[in-house]
Amino acid sequence: MMTTISTILDIKDLTKFFGGLGAVRNFDLTLKKGDLNGLIGPNGAGKTTVFNLITGIYEPTAGEILFDNTSIVGLQPFEITRLGIARTFQNIRLFSNLTVLDNVRIAYHPHTRYGLADGIFHNQKFHVHEKELTEKAQEFLAIFGLEHLQNEIAKNLPYGQQRRVEIARALACEPRLLLLDEPAAGMNPREILELMDLIHFIHDRFDLTILLIEHQMRVVMGICKYITVMDFGQVIARGTPKEIQENERVIEAYLGKGAGHAA
Amino acid sequence: MELGFLLGSVVKIIAILAYLYGLLWVLGRPNRWVRLIGMIVAFGVIQLALTSFGGFQILTNFDSGLLFQACAMTMVALGLNLIYGFNGQFSLGQWGFYGIGAYAAADITYRWINGDARGLLVVGFGTILGGLALILVGRWLGRFRGVPVLSSFTLYLIGAIVAGIVAVFIGNALNPLFEPLLGTNTNPGVLNSPLALQVVFFLAVVFAGIFAAEVSFLFGLPVLTLGSDYFGIATLGFTIVVNVLMINSDTILPFPEMKGGRGMVGIPKLTTWFWAFFFMMAVIIIMRNLIQSSTGRAIISVREDEVAAKAMGIDVAGSKLLAFVVGSFFAGIGGAVYAHFIGFLSPGTFGFLQSFNPLIIVVFGGLGSMTGTIAASFGWIFFLEGLLRVLLSQMGTEAPTWRFVLYPITLLLLMLIRPQGLLGNLEWGFLKQKDVLPREKPLADKPEMTASEV
Repeated sequence: MMTTISTILDIKDLTKFFGGLGAVRNFDLTLKKGDLNGLIGPNGAGKTTVFNLITGIYEPTAGEILFDNTSIVGLQPFEITRLGIARTFQNIRLFSNLTVLDNVRIAYHPHTRYGLADGIFHNQKFHVHEKELTEKAQEFLAIFGLEHLQNEIAKNLPYGQQRRVEIARALACEPRLLLLDEPAAGMNPREILELMDLIHFIHDRFDLTILLIEHQMRVVMGICKYITVMDFGQVIARGTPKEIQENERVIEAYLGKGAGHAA
Repeated sequence: MELGFLLGSVVKIIAILAYLYGLLWVLGRPNRWVRLIGMIVAFGVIQLALTSFGGFQILTNFDSGLLFQACAMTMVALGLNLIYGFNGQFSLGQWGFYGIGAYAAADITYRWINGDARGLLVVGFGTILGGLALILVGRWLGRFRGVPVLSSFTLYLIGAIVAGIVAVFIGNALNPLFEPLLGTNTNPGVLNSPLALQVVFFLAVVFAGIFAAEVSFLFGLPVLTLGSDYFGIATLGFTIVVNVLMINSDTILPFPEMKGGRGMVGIPKLTTWFWAFFFMMAVIIIMRNLIQSSTGRAIISVREDEVAAKAMGIDVAGSKLLAFVVGSFFAGIGGAVYAHFIGFLSPGTFGFLQSFNPLIIVVFGGLGSMTGTIAASFGWIFFLEGLLRVLLSQMGTEAPTWRFVLYPITLLLLMLIRPQGLLGNLEWGFLKQKDVLPREKPLADKPEMTASEV
């Protein structure tokens, strides 16, 4: 108990096979409370599969995932989210025909304090809690500087702001662990700088543990304290950004030089 | 004469649409007394138009038939819009639930006026006990992690069957108590007085709706795990099964009074404008409130992106099931209202070709638009039945057949010109989601630094 009290996520020997293809093999990862760690690797290394395994979209072939010292393997994705793990997606998956406000309000649904019957009759309880919920969502949007866009349809927003909405929506789930899947994909250098500030900001303000997948090396090297590198479904290196930059196996995996590469 | 009739019909359609617009407008007023008076006026206007003053009636009997049909269709189509338009599950099963509602309600009242209370007792107790059984099984199953869908389905099914058997026993045991009070068809007893009959009709409609909802729960539980297209095929199968059961209701099912393929005759015509209006408004208000609540947003999020909805903590399977059950409940109520206005049920009405009617209406009016569905339901009935049937029949006896040529062409043109449907996702008055205003004053604990400033 003493040793695990600060551990929030503990993945042991995680393995996932799609038919004969081992997408993830013997993957280990430990996150302590308050970590801001990175998961990198070349395309097809299995990073997003790891995210999908953690959030319950895939069921692992073998291995264990402990969140707060309880196993979450076999739980439905929505149950895992309700326990406190939220995520964003590699290709933005907003509810694109709904307003920005509704996107955030949907994330509040599991915390809604009125039931189906209250919703059908629109009684006093409904009005009170609906107002409360809306205000909470608006407060959230204000934090992200999106309040003036609350009645905009999500798909009409520019790309950078859609990313912001997606992160705001994930945070509205009130998570303790946030998984960001390539948050900087498709952003220009200025937007990337803003994003790095944003990640730092939410990490501090919401007391979060963050694990992020990223291809942009300046993002990963700039904000992550500790990095795990994957290739062909396996961990090939771990360490601080500086150690990773100097690690030969990592350089090989990315640049593919040398004949000793065959794993 | 023909031109005059055409003009009259066009005026009627415009009047109906203006009426709907006014109704939705007045329901959207903030003052509740204005809403109440508006609703009473809306009811009264049609009631007056249906009343005969010395032989003069604004809406003829033919028109009133269309009106009731449109009300029933509105309920069915709104239910389907909840399932397909808002939840994104392509369903052809709506017509089956419509048929179940129609036959269940008709059986209750038919038996009742013929001195047999078992219809009401068995269906009533069956739906109540069945509902309790489903809830209890659901509670119990909630304690386990990762129960396979088919296992939980089996348990639910067993619970429902046990409830049904118990209900049959209760019905048979209590029936002798009611028989003397019911009297016979020629000599009605106390419980067959006009007032009592209204109460029985109300119960019949509600029980028929709940019965359809429970069937849809049992059917939807395993089938909703299929992807949308496969779900559509499975629900089409459901409609066909229901239809075949209707055709053989006197042979393979123990319901001789339904008379199988010959059609059920002698259903009391209890649907008045009051009841049609009452149930239609109830469906509209329930659905609007549901859509504009947190549960409704969860239902819509499933249509938008299932994976993202899951990741936001939405119980996707539960949301789908809820939308399906509520939609079927509306269909069952619509069927019950229909059965008691037409007085005759034929299995042909519930065939699988007709099962596309609500789908066409929903697509025509706009997926995800309640206003569009309501307008299209009325417009469709008046266009197809009212305008084309009468108009074409003046050109010759064979001409009405042409309406099924003109009508698809109209649909085709609409889909080419406005693929999002007549109203897209536009809503009127009451049904329109109010824009949320920005917060008036910043909250006290507003952070000094926001992310946009860093």
